Amino acid sequence: MYVAVKGGERAIDNAHAWLAEERRGDTGVANLSVAQIREQLSLAVNRVMAEGSLYDPDLAALAIKQARGDLIEAIFLIRAYRTTLPRFGASHPVNTAAMRCDRRISATFKDAPGGQVLGPTFDYTHRLLDFKLAAEGETPQAPTATPAPGPTPHIMGYLDREGLIQQEPGSDETPPDLTREPMQLPADRALRLQALTRGDEGFILSLAYSTQRGYARNHAFVGELRIGAVAVEMDIPELGFAIELGEITLTECETVNQFTGSKTEPPQFTRGYGLVFGQTERKAIAMALVDRALRWRELGEEDQGAPAQDEEFVLMHADNIQATGFLEHIKLPHYVDFQSELELVRKLRREAEGAAHREAAE
Amino acid sequence: MSDYNFAYLDEQTKRMIRRAILKALAIPGYQVPFASREMPMPYGWGTGGVQVSAACLTPGDTLKVIDQGADDTTNAVSIRKFFEKTAQVATTEETARASLIQTRHRIPEEPLTEDQILVYQVPIPEPLRFLEPSEVETRKMHALEEYGLMHVKLYEDISQHGAIATAYAYPVKVEGRYVMDPSPIPKFDNPKLSMAAIQLFGAGREQRIYALPPYTRVVSLDFEDHPFEASKADHDCDLCGADDSYLDEVITDDAGGRMFVCSDTDYCRARRAAGHIGAQGAPYEEATA
Repeated sequence: MYVAVKGGERAIDNAHAWLAEERRGDTGVANLSVAQIREQLSLAVNRVMAEGSLYDPDLAALAIKQARGDLIEAIFLIRAYRTTLPRFGASHPVNTAAMRCDRRISATFKDAPGGQVLGPTFDYTHRLLDFKLAAEGETPQAPTATPAPGPTPHIMGYLDREGLIQQEPGSDETPPDLTREPMQLPADRALRLQALTRGDEGFILSLAYSTQRGYARNHAFVGELRIGAVAVEMDIPELGFAIELGEITLTECETVNQFTGSKTEPPQFTRGYGLVFGQTERKAIAMALVDRALRWRELGEEDQGAPAQDEEFVLMHADNIQATGFLEHIKLPHYVDFQSELELVRKLRREAEGAAHREAAE
Repeated sequence: MSDYNFAYLDEQTKRMIRRAILKALAIPGYQVPFASREMPMPYGWGTGGVQVSAACLTPGDTLKVIDQGADDTTNAVSIRKFFEKTAQVATTEETARASLIQTRHRIPEEPLTEDQILVYQVPIPEPLRFLEPSEVETRKMHALEEYGLMHVKLYEDISQHGAIATAYAYPVKVEGRYVMDPSPIPKFDNPKLSMAAIQLFGAGREQRIYALPPYTRVVSLDFEDHPFEASKADHDCDLCGADDSYLDEVITDDAGGRMFVCSDTDYCRARRAAGHIGAQGAPYEEATA
């Protein structure tokens, strides 16, 4: 005799308890602190902040701990938390020209005012496993130097002055907000950049890579990549002036791309732009390439039908929280729909077999 | 959970959702874009339905949540618990006692009344999506009432299979205007779409809300010579004997044994409580419910 499966509630509670135990792992090994994650897994923390669209290293570290290191799950935790936060107001646009750069490189010039600053990069490390880390040896202090005084000028400014790079129209209009309004297509560039900066790193990376391999190829030079701290300022109505709320670390990438020019415009370079929370340079470079590919229409280029040129395709599939949710939901029960298909296939088979029999009899 | 607002969402967000719902009710079958929020459950788990429910719930409501017609499926349990925690509303498994029912994939067997709201969880709100992947294009097609592609698809089904090969999420036309996806309910449920209750459809990931006001004319697409047919397994429920309810097929052993039981668990329970017994059923006992 069949008994309807009951006890979903207890099963869920038990599954959660087991999950918590698995998350902790062997209790003989020291518990990982949120501060340790924040300090020692900071690139993971940066990715969670960038794709979670919330700049808070402590919360991101907590999310990584809770998610057992699954970064998409951690991003999801941050996004869900973000939903509950009231919005007090908007900051002034941050000024990346005034960034205190930890890293600043240009691939288009051998040297430039402000210099090439490598900063803490993996770029020239040899990828050899460092077994000393397994032995938990302390790291020697890195040498220090006094930073160059004053702001580091943007490399693009030099091309701009000569008119060699396409001008971006300035605007004081408030850009649309992806997190407060439904996505409407066609999207303007501000909206596209919002979607890209919070889009999945892997997805943006692969799209950018596809443009390099010829799907909407538009050769990109990294005009400048800079990573560092910028001040966030906000007008306080009670005070009547702006105050600094704090600093955030950003990665900014500007690419210089080819452009042949047209009858009305002399040949000049064009740009792609990437701006991402934290030290996240792979993402920022990829973002700049995809941004550039999506600009084909405004720059009068040909639609090659490449995925990276298809605004709807890119924007509707860049969000990993949407993607992972819809992908994974297929493991939820679907037996009602499956039953209806089962009945339909059985019926169609009966009819097909009946027809075959009739034909054989005739 | 006192840190969160009633029903989780803040009042501004609920107001935004209510506006979308009102617009949806004013234009039956039209998909209204809304600024869907990230919820604490994943997209695909019913975030659209949860947001619509959160915007509709009041402290005096009685909530019922079903998935696949059943109150005890894991995700129904999870969503019910979410609102018990964040809204402290009363919950029930009895269809008639609920003022708001959130559902995934089914319409309850018992007819709903004017005092009830039925909220659907919707994965893909666009009935034309699998014929035309671009949202820009499909919105244009709705605006122009250009539904030829859908009729061609249904016709091709008939020419290939001898019947329309859509068993669930069967498209409907609302008040002679918009073609609408009724969410992935089996087509057995389609005739119930014209009902006394308010029906609200929430698609969180796709950021769309649409609605059917009470007594809206909803017609399943078909052809004169191939009329729509609401089908189900050709059996009676093995537990309660019902011959009019949608049935789940349950595999009972590894030798091809199976039984058919009501997908609507409350409907089946009520029938058994009233003394109906199916072929493999046992007399109803309160304790086993």
